[in-house]
Amino acid sequence: MTKNKTMTGAEIFIQCLIAEEVKTIFGFPGGVLLPVYDVLYDGPIEHILVRHEQGAVHMADGYARVSGKPGVVLVTSGPGATNTVTGIATAYMDSIPMVVFTGQVPTALIGNDAFQEADIVGITRPCTKHNYLVKDIKDLTKIIKEAFYIATTGRPGPVLVDIPKDIFTGTTVFNYPDKVSIPSYQPTYKGHPGQVKKALDFILKSKRPVVYAGGGVLLSDASKELTKFSEKLGLPTTTTLMGLGGFPGTHPLHMGMLGMHGTYAANMAVTDTDCLIAIGSRFDDRVTGKIAEFAPYAGVVHIDIDPTSISKNVKVDIPIVGDVKKVLKEMITALPKAAELKKFRKGISEWSGEIQKWSTEHSLTYDRSGKGNIKPQYVIEKLYELTKGDAIITTEVGQNQMWAAQFYKFDKPRTFLTSGGLGTMGYGLPAAIGAQIAFPRKTVIDIAGDGSIQMNIQEIATAVQYRLPVIVAILNNMVLGMVRQWQELFYDKRYSHTCMSVAPDFVKLAESYGAAGFKVTEQEDVEKVIKSALKIKDRPIIIDFRVEPFEGVYPMVPAGQPINKMLLV
Amino acid sequence: MRHTISVFVTNEFGVLSRISGLFSGRGFNIESLTVAETMDPEISRMTIITRGNDKILEQITKQLNKLISVIKVHDFTNEKHIERELAMIKVSHKTENRAEILSIVEIFRGRILDISPKSYTIEITGACEKIEAITEILRPFGIKEIARTGSLVIGRSPK
Repeated sequence: MTKNKTMTGAEIFIQCLIAEEVKTIFGFPGGVLLPVYDVLYDGPIEHILVRHEQGAVHMADGYARVSGKPGVVLVTSGPGATNTVTGIATAYMDSIPMVVFTGQVPTALIGNDAFQEADIVGITRPCTKHNYLVKDIKDLTKIIKEAFYIATTGRPGPVLVDIPKDIFTGTTVFNYPDKVSIPSYQPTYKGHPGQVKKALDFILKSKRPVVYAGGGVLLSDASKELTKFSEKLGLPTTTTLMGLGGFPGTHPLHMGMLGMHGTYAANMAVTDTDCLIAIGSRFDDRVTGKIAEFAPYAGVVHIDIDPTSISKNVKVDIPIVGDVKKVLKEMITALPKAAELKKFRKGISEWSGEIQKWSTEHSLTYDRSGKGNIKPQYVIEKLYELTKGDAIITTEVGQNQMWAAQFYKFDKPRTFLTSGGLGTMGYGLPAAIGAQIAFPRKTVIDIAGDGSIQMNIQEIATAVQYRLPVIVAILNNMVLGMVRQWQELFYDKRYSHTCMSVAPDFVKLAESYGAAGFKVTEQEDVEKVIKSALKIKDRPIIIDFRVEPFEGVYPMVPAGQPINKMLLV
Repeated sequence: MRHTISVFVTNEFGVLSRISGLFSGRGFNIESLTVAETMDPEISRMTIITRGNDKILEQITKQLNKLISVIKVHDFTNEKHIERELAMIKVSHKTENRAEILSIVEIFRGRILDISPKSYTIEITGACEKIEAITEILRPFGIKEIARTGSLVIGRSPK
């Protein structure tokens, strides 16, 4: 690396990215970024030119979720910066490591309502893990180093760095710091041995244990450890939406997802359990339903790297603050001998049998007669079958998201990308593009709705430009399906503003962008068209599946109800 | 329950809004907030008076600690500490009640900072209750204006 050399801020910025081993950034140029884009022109960083800054952030997010590396975004000041807010908030809610660089007007103009000025540090303060305004070029390297460190350590999250134009044009000696020292930021990784022992003793005394695993398992790359832990003890395991893929979806111990659209078995098991083992999950309201009646008989063990997650919503009896992977390793090491484990598994066999019965009696289902309109669930089952469960799936938000979560079985971590916390419509397509850039050879499918897809449809152009064969499977029901479902159930079928009768012809739209487009109206054609789409490798594909407009997502726990009070199909 | 918390933060631009934004964003309550540099100019000390049950206080403490700019959080509520607030009170006076006002100020160990033909400006230092007590007593004379600092707190040294 070029050390001790005098450089411009723009050159230093690029050198910092190289030092952080950043290969790809997602961005959009603008006035204050001209000095940086001039340096970018000479390589070696790959720059993906997006069509809207929100798209850039979701792409970086998708890139980060599949690769585990921080996503990097570069956008200009003012509107470029404000357009990133939804993407940043999405990443913040789901703890995605990301560094967003925003250009800012020159230091001397800050606060003057200058052209394309926005107080982006102020605006993003509540939706970033931390943020910075670089006021002195001498601080540039230190701040960038800290930004990457904060974004990727502890509970990950987005960090924003706002850099005024005169910092890019100024000069100083380049020296990238080797180490970061932030005394006020010292995440706990190792679990407290006393707590680990206490938790194990408690688990081993339980008769009806359940593991409830969340996104933390994926963030900590702990799916192997989780699987081993659950297997050794024979623990029935459920995952949250964010935890899908963290425990193999086809594993016999897997009860499926829990919560508002969780499986009957998972929701009943969590309600009846005497020992709830929460691992990297945060008791979100979509998981707990009515909090006072959530897991009413359970002693709660909670493993989480973020102390604020513990006892925030549900009182925790045995907290273990630490990295999920490290803590699970500690717990596996501390497990008793095989004979005792066998005895424990035998002791809970009646419970496992009960769960098995729930699973069989009320499995996820839909009308499989093949009559009438295409069933959206059928499309997802076909996608699962034809990709052999090996695709990276992204979703938009709403019914498409829930059906994808229910009917695609995720066996591997980092293969299901969805906006869990914020619930951002328009997430799926750019996230799929980011994922495809990280893994060019993988099949990447955005399971979309006709409403959500129109929120970031412009990124099809980005996918065409970089020849990315992302498949957009639109489950087109001509309505905002999830909201319509609530109106049907709880608002006397008064379908207020949920009908999207005017929509583009998605096939022509795809073709006009230079993408491939298909339209499917009959269930018998679903398989054939998916097969054709999977053969295309040089451009994105939009498939317009005309599905049954009145299909609902079930089971469903009405808002504010306990999770064992489900509406079934 | 009322809690008095000291928060040590890195003395940098925007830190006050990080703290106040956390309180407003999460619906926590701030009764008073004071901030100034410590002996180390790179560190500021904030004293925050807040209210909430144990669960809320646990969240406040943890959420504050989670901020990158926060070095230390200390809740003084359940330990021996000294709490002081300073107030400046401008109160109207008339010939017939001047002596009475002055004796009240003396009882509360206050000081007269400024005298005008129509008003006294009184400085008073003490715990929050003391400030409130003198305010109540002076109110009938006609308080024109009050400026209060908010509470400061420091732990009692072990004996």
